[in-house]
Amino acid sequence: MIEVKNISKIYQTGDIELFALKNVSFKIEDGEFVAIMGPSGSGKSTLMHILGALDTPTSGTYWLDGKDVSTLSEDELAIIRRDKIGFVFQSFNLLPRATVLRNVMLPLVYEGVAREEREQRARESLQAAGLDEAHFGHLSNQLSGGQIQRVAIARALVNNPSLILADEPTGNLDTKTGEIVLGTFQKLNQEKGRTIILITHEHEVAEHAQRIIFIRDGGIVSDQKDHHQLIIQ
Amino acid sequence: MRFTDILEETYAALSTNKARSGLTILGIVIGISSVIVMLAIGQGAQSSIQSSIQSIGSNLIIVMPGAQRGPGTFVSAGRGSARTLTLDDANAIASQFSDVSAVAPEVSGRYQVTSKSLNTNTTVDGTVPSYTSVRNVTIDSGSFISDLNNSGAAKVAVIGPTARDDLFGTGVDPVGQIIRINKIEFKIIGLTKTKGGGGFGSQDDMIFIPLTTAQRYLSGNQYVTTISVAARDAKSTANVQQEITDLLLSRHHISDPTAADFNTLNQADIASAASSIAQIFTILLGSVAGISLVVGGIGIMNMMLTNVTERTKEIGLRKAIGAKGGDISLQFLIEAITLTFLGGLIGVILGWAVSFGITYFGLIQTKVALSSILLAFGVSAGIGIIFGYYPARRAAKLNPIVALRFE
Repeated sequence: MIEVKNISKIYQTGDIELFALKNVSFKIEDGEFVAIMGPSGSGKSTLMHILGALDTPTSGTYWLDGKDVSTLSEDELAIIRRDKIGFVFQSFNLLPRATVLRNVMLPLVYEGVAREEREQRARESLQAAGLDEAHFGHLSNQLSGGQIQRVAIARALVNNPSLILADEPTGNLDTKTGEIVLGTFQKLNQEKGRTIILITHEHEVAEHAQRIIFIRDGGIVSDQKDHHQLIIQ
Repeated sequence: MRFTDILEETYAALSTNKARSGLTILGIVIGISSVIVMLAIGQGAQSSIQSSIQSIGSNLIIVMPGAQRGPGTFVSAGRGSARTLTLDDANAIASQFSDVSAVAPEVSGRYQVTSKSLNTNTTVDGTVPSYTSVRNVTIDSGSFISDLNNSGAAKVAVIGPTARDDLFGTGVDPVGQIIRINKIEFKIIGLTKTKGGGGFGSQDDMIFIPLTTAQRYLSGNQYVTTISVAARDAKSTANVQQEITDLLLSRHHISDPTAADFNTLNQADIASAASSIAQIFTILLGSVAGISLVVGGIGIMNMMLTNVTERTKEIGLRKAIGAKGGDISLQFLIEAITLTFLGGLIGVILGWAVSFGITYFGLIQTKVALSSILLAFGVSAGIGIIFGYYPARRAAKLNPIVALRFE
């Protein structure tokens, strides 16, 4: 379970204080599929960095699975990311000259998991992400965009995280491939009960989630489970 | 992170850019191999100087006449010119000290020597049988000068191989032939074995005759030009040198040691002076090669820094999926150390091969010491750590958010 209470993030440039986030609070239960929406500059990337334990808030508290993450050191944050968070990026970020399997196993390397178990878990994740077994030995630059993003999803799944954070996962894909990738997320949420947070600026993408949190100028504008109405408005 | 995983990551990273890794390794290879070759040449020179000093004789003390000093100013004929040493001095040294194993007085001079068809100008040395043990001379064919030859002032000669080549031609057995020294006929009774180079005048370009014969027919007086003394062992040479000095001072009735009319020369002193020169030579060569090693190290740092910049995004990703700063810096440090280790290994092999080649083709004697291999390895590992540390720290300190956005 995720709980965010009164978090703010201030960037200081000289004498000017820039509020990227202002007193944001919300809760996300296990097994939810949430989209965080907002135009660029709204603070959604900052929020994603804090939720992903890449950054800490200037003030406020962030509990992840009952643990206060907002005051941890860099190495402690790295351990949180390693054990509890799976990232899917817009630009995929796979190792270019490594095989699909090696890419998916990478998070387990830092966890110190033995080789055989690593490979087995990577295969399971790839199957869950819907990649055909024929591609497991391919280099990542031999795959199509949709296949690459599914490898990235498998990599996010492999450490069995409490939370999958997807940052514009369809931003570099065409609409049809994007639909397939979003379908993969929906399936993981509905069938495996994964908690997923999707960061996007597109309504069509956000629509796939059960709940949409809309932010603008560093604050929450709306938090709706019945989002179809919101889009119509 | 497991160690085998670090090695696997290192292999993957280095094999990604084989040309660049190879060239970086080459820098270290050149550095390490030149250190090894230079040290091998230096140490080889040192040991060949030692052995050539050893070939002069073993535990040798040489007594030579000094410049004679009188009251006031006078025209000096230079050191070694004085006629102060006699056969009696030599006999006194031989009979009085227990640490002296052999004494060989000599009368030497350069004379024109002729055979039937050829002639040469060489050193003619009048001496006694014990010369062979004092100066490590061995006989190739025939025999050396005997006591009988000496007591009878026989006109017989033992010839060195170089003098033989000059007078009779290479490979000819000269025993039984006649030569003329200073127009006096001598019969050759023996040929000495080659001793090789010898730093202080060739020991091969010599003719030996009985001491008494030399005094009677060549020098025409009762003095000797050198007394060579062999001490029993290396430890006693300094002591023997002092005893000889004291004895000769009292025999020559000189009370002030600085006014001595003779000089003594200890082989150990020559050896240590020569080896300290060779040592300086070795250090000099080694440090020149060391500079190229440092340049190689800077090459490693350059490559690693380029690597960190190129792989910024990858570092960001690794941090995002849970790599700690220590994992990242360890990976880059191990990459640098692997490069220097491989470079060191190839460099040692290459350096060894080159040193062997130099010796094999007879350019200079070389000697690869274990210590210089260990030194080279230690230095190359050290260079990996020193020049790899800064790039590794830089990689570890990258902010994952910034690194992921890096294009």
